[in-house]
Amino acid sequence: MEEEKKVRDVVVPGEEIVVDGKPGRGVFIENGVMHSMYLGIVDVRSGYVNVIPLSGCYIPKRGDKVIGKIVDLAPMNWVVDINAPYYAPLHVNDVPWRVEFGDTGRFLGLGDVILAKVSNVNEMGQVWITLKEQGLRKLEGGHLIHISPSKVPRVIGKGGSMIQMLKDSTNCRIYVGQNGTIWISGTPDGIVKVIKAIRMIEREAHTYGLTDRVKEFLERGDE
Amino acid sequence: MGMKSDIKLIDDNGLRIDGRLPNQLRPIKMEVGVVKRADGSAFIEWGGNKIIAAVYGPREAYPKHVQESDRAIVRARYNMAAFSVDERKRPGPDRRSVELSKVISEALTSAIFVEKFPRTAIDVYIEVLQADAGTRVAGITVASLALADAGIPMRDLVVGCAAGKVDGVVVLDLNKEEDNFGEADVPMAIMPRTGDIALLQMDGDLTYEELTNAMEMAMDAAKEIYQLEIKTLKGKYGGDNNDD
Amino acid sequence: MTTKFSEGVVAESKRSYIHKLAKEGMRIDGRDFDETRPIKITTGFIKRADGSALVELGDTKVLVGVKIEPGEPFPDTPNLGIMTTNVELVPLASPTFEPGPPSEEAIELARVVDRGIRESHTIDMEKLVIEEGEKVWVVFIDMHILDYHGNLFDACGIAALAALNDATVPAERFGFGEDFKLPVVHYPVPVTFAKIGEWIVADPNLDEESIASARLTVTTNEEGKINAMQKGLFGTFSYDEVKKVINRSLSIGKKVRSIILGGENGEEN
Repeated sequence: MEEEKKVRDVVVPGEEIVVDGKPGRGVFIENGVMHSMYLGIVDVRSGYVNVIPLSGCYIPKRGDKVIGKIVDLAPMNWVVDINAPYYAPLHVNDVPWRVEFGDTGRFLGLGDVILAKVSNVNEMGQVWITLKEQGLRKLEGGHLIHISPSKVPRVIGKGGSMIQMLKDSTNCRIYVGQNGTIWISGTPDGIVKVIKAIRMIEREAHTYGLTDRVKEFLERGDE
Repeated sequence: MGMKSDIKLIDDNGLRIDGRLPNQLRPIKMEVGVVKRADGSAFIEWGGNKIIAAVYGPREAYPKHVQESDRAIVRARYNMAAFSVDERKRPGPDRRSVELSKVISEALTSAIFVEKFPRTAIDVYIEVLQADAGTRVAGITVASLALADAGIPMRDLVVGCAAGKVDGVVVLDLNKEEDNFGEADVPMAIMPRTGDIALLQMDGDLTYEELTNAMEMAMDAAKEIYQLEIKTLKGKYGGDNNDD
Repeated sequence: MTTKFSEGVVAESKRSYIHKLAKEGMRIDGRDFDETRPIKITTGFIKRADGSALVELGDTKVLVGVKIEPGEPFPDTPNLGIMTTNVELVPLASPTFEPGPPSEEAIELARVVDRGIRESHTIDMEKLVIEEGEKVWVVFIDMHILDYHGNLFDACGIAALAALNDATVPAERFGFGEDFKLPVVHYPVPVTFAKIGEWIVADPNLDEESIASARLTVTTNEEGKINAMQKGLFGTFSYDEVKKVINRSLSIGKKVRSIILGGENGEEN
């Protein structure tokens, strides 16, 4: 079945979508007709028609886990670049440490990388993030790469299958932020292999049968 | 426009100096994803024009006072390389490029869902590397591709196209000689799905009939260019290439 | 970049009021959709200039001075005179105008007025040659905005034409024979329209301009030819709307032209 149709339906901004379903994300209605907002692929899920952009910046959603970089310090908060249109403040009340006023630099410095969770987003686009939850922390060492946030679900795979396969075959530790930032730690060879596999997923994210091809690549790479 | 010349721009068979029919476009080639560092980018060759466009953002707009609290601002910057024209152009913005940047920014804004990104800027850099008349309409076309490539939400793609009058004949897509020695130029940008006109300028000397003929000619050609835009964007992702 | 024509955030009540009126065919200052504000033209206002005109379009006030000096022709047009246009949005004219280099608004304005005059061949440039390839007359058109209440495009275009029509080439002063009247041979008039909701009104005032979604200026001449167009702002026009606007600008332009040339309402000193 996958052989018959290798590419999912790509639509361009403004293109009419002729698929039955309720309007979901990435679409707009004009004169009763559904159109795509993005250069993306049409995805029908639980009766909703969505267009998933093939590129673009990260739009934060409450509950997303993201990987960010500290870009500024203030007495009561850090400013974090999470690859979104806006920087996100991380308040001292939202970290697992007791931080005295003006002492933020002792815990997280400029350029430090954190795995955080989006705790709130308002309609102005302002974003708040937190480190107060199990598993959230500063990421030490490792390597960072960026992919388009729209391709994160493909890197993770169904039920985490793709990412598990990458981890298993390379023995690397990998965190994938919903914002498209990926942290990889392991042997240099392992990291190189993970990056190659991720770039392949990124390139071919809109095609069917991707898991098998990545599996093949990882096995071939082992030889 | 309007310079006097003895050159005959339309020959006895009704053909133009580059051999085109009055309603024929110059050859157009497009490509997306040409600047890796940018969030989106595209390149266009349109006749002798070679123009590259890159998009950055949406990102928080600075300086802060340029921010709009309810929408993104679109900052197109049209720039001609010093070597893009016969006589070296002094680098940097002149009055012409400031004006073109403004009308291009406005035309692109009308296609973008700017209300989704309050307080941000979407920067669109348009670099004219080689100029051969019609740079603003080619620039807006390539900018529209770069915006789509950057994942910017839009109502429609934008297509630029111009028509004008040379030797008393209404013609499509003027080349450099026709632009220099012709009688009128009507650059337009259109959203092909709705037919909405997002950019419209004109200079020269036209009757009402000539002007409406010119506009209709440009709008017809825009549909052709629109198909090329769609094919280029879908082509990047390996889809919709039925004819190759 | 800091000088803006718009007045920043517009009160929602004002927006909905203007829309409500438009729906009933009315405007906030009682005009018809195709009616311009009263036009008052005072030529010869600046004695040191070679030509000048103070134009009041409703409360909008602009002063245009024309200076004419000998200069070198452009290499590619050795047998033609030269004209240049410039606009100053001086801070005294509006709380939203700021000092500094010309804003993009000022540049667009100057270039739209320039195109209207240049492309219609308003001035017979061939008559402005002193010595072919060596010396020609250079016509400087400087526009000063004195009070900003909307629609500078038309106010400046009207004032520029009136000032040119008033101008004398000061040949004696430079030792090139007798003074002569600047040869003005065409009379281009810009008419600007604003789109408010689905309605399109001529000569928008400040309130209308601040809520307009799109703007279109059409410059036409006394022969009924179209010489320049400029669309502005973020909104769009349909092709039908553009055609209607061109036709309206032809008839409104005719009336305005007769005022500039000293017909009704015109006051000449």
